[in-house]
Amino acid sequence: MSRVQENDSLPLLEVRHLSKFFGKQLGCHDISFAVSPGEVIGVVGESGSGKSTLLNCIAGRIQSSNGAVLFNSSVGMLDLCRCDEALVRRIIRTQTGYVTQNASKGLKMHISAGGNIGEKLMANGMRNYRQIREQALAWLAKVEIDPGRIDDLPSTFSGGMQQRLQIAANLVNAPKIMLMDEPTSGLDVSVQARLIDVLRKLVSGLNLSMILVTHDLAVARLLCHRLYVMKQGKIVESGLSDQILDDPRQPYTQLLVSSVLKP
Amino acid sequence: MPLAYNFAYLDEQSKKMIRRAILKALAIPGFQVPFGGREMPLPYGWGTGGIQLTASVIGPDDRLKVIDQGSDDTVNAISIKAFFKKTAGIAITEETRAATIIQTRHRIPETPLQKGQIMVFQVPIPEPLQFIEPKKSQTVKMHGFEEYGSMHVKLYEDIAKFGRIATAFDYPVQVHQRYIMSPSPIPKYDNPKLHQSPAIHLFGAGREKRIYAVPPFTDVVSLDFEDYPFELEQWDGACAVCGSQNSFLDEIITDDKGTRVFICSDTEYCRNNAGKSNP
Repeated sequence: MSRVQENDSLPLLEVRHLSKFFGKQLGCHDISFAVSPGEVIGVVGESGSGKSTLLNCIAGRIQSSNGAVLFNSSVGMLDLCRCDEALVRRIIRTQTGYVTQNASKGLKMHISAGGNIGEKLMANGMRNYRQIREQALAWLAKVEIDPGRIDDLPSTFSGGMQQRLQIAANLVNAPKIMLMDEPTSGLDVSVQARLIDVLRKLVSGLNLSMILVTHDLAVARLLCHRLYVMKQGKIVESGLSDQILDDPRQPYTQLLVSSVLKP
Repeated sequence: MPLAYNFAYLDEQSKKMIRRAILKALAIPGFQVPFGGREMPLPYGWGTGGIQLTASVIGPDDRLKVIDQGSDDTVNAISIKAFFKKTAGIAITEETRAATIIQTRHRIPETPLQKGQIMVFQVPIPEPLQFIEPKKSQTVKMHGFEEYGSMHVKLYEDIAKFGRIATAFDYPVQVHQRYIMSPSPIPKYDNPKLHQSPAIHLFGAGREKRIYAVPPFTDVVSLDFEDYPFELEQWDGACAVCGSQNSFLDEIITDDKGTRVFICSDTEYCRNNAGKSNP
């Protein structure tokens, strides 16, 4: 896609020395990495290692204590931690997506599936009901939800469907990057497989960049190009997914890889 | 007999504070100004916001009209009129044209408002974004950054469910091309009366402690979709009492066999209109 050629030389998103402290408590410390257009980055680590804190800082959901998040937006390179809040909110609304672990936090549960998908379109200025409806139907089909359920509330959906709906609601305005916080946890294995399948198709088709936070190494291997391993708020190891998972160098990563249950 | 209360019940410091909030509200049309709402001698939900506004702007020469559901003689209207008669000793009227201040719960009178008149609305829920975003910290930002797109989600849901925009009251409007405002419980039939109105419109929410306003001659536009434009309610018949065909009609059930009539909700307008047609 043309987007890649435009920004070939620059990363889409660059995190520089990002730190977050909750009082004396360390959230994440001195995190630096870059995401190229179309690249899928995985952040793995145990619970409490600061993965979600990092993602929330990047998404502007919590204020970082230190460091910068540079985003190659449609209006040039922006530091999301520093520039004007109105602009940051607009950029985040129009050019990024955020998928939460718990679909009920990412979706509006009292609004129909179509309304959830249409919300971003309306937020970006679409005022034509028929067009919104058409796009919502098209996206439901893309994430393999029966379009006949467009007017049903998400609370009537299964966990896997809710998660796919959340992905559709985020992809509808063609973001440049998706931030995903444990999108597959809490789903059973076959539902996970389907979700991952949908994600893989969409990611390759849209040339979407993604930062995927997960503790599930299998998901990380399937989806991510590169992995960062976090422990106690810091990155302890990074590299290509296969390299990290097949030949972990750090003792912590070795422990993490070896503790995956094999049926 | 001398009044047992300060004029119009509220103390002068409170009135001053409320007037300052009103001035700010008029300066930023549609913007919700927080104010230190006082305890009033009636429960929240009965018009404490409206009463405080009226008490702050009323003077000894004012003529007050109070309506509830368009009617001059329902309990709420009668009680509020009695309250101001007792505490301010001012003149009460039912004539829309004669009134200088009109406090209302649900309607804007059918008789067109004039320059110099003040409409005071009793508002239960001042925040139009509450439906889509329950967090107040977020709605404040959404107003500040003019992030109003998701307001249409409510209308979208209506069309998806009912095939048309079914919101019939509290229909959201954009004021002066900027703030989205809840015209609060007035029917959408009355929304166009706010647009470029020569009168001052003040909105007071007592429980939520917010004041907002539409100054005279301000644009007030109801939200809609390109392919589902804003529409007014229509009735097949005319008012059973006065025969008016261009007024907001209430449906009244007259027996237990389903017989119903439609009658003007604005009693003063209906009475005048009936007088005109049958002299």
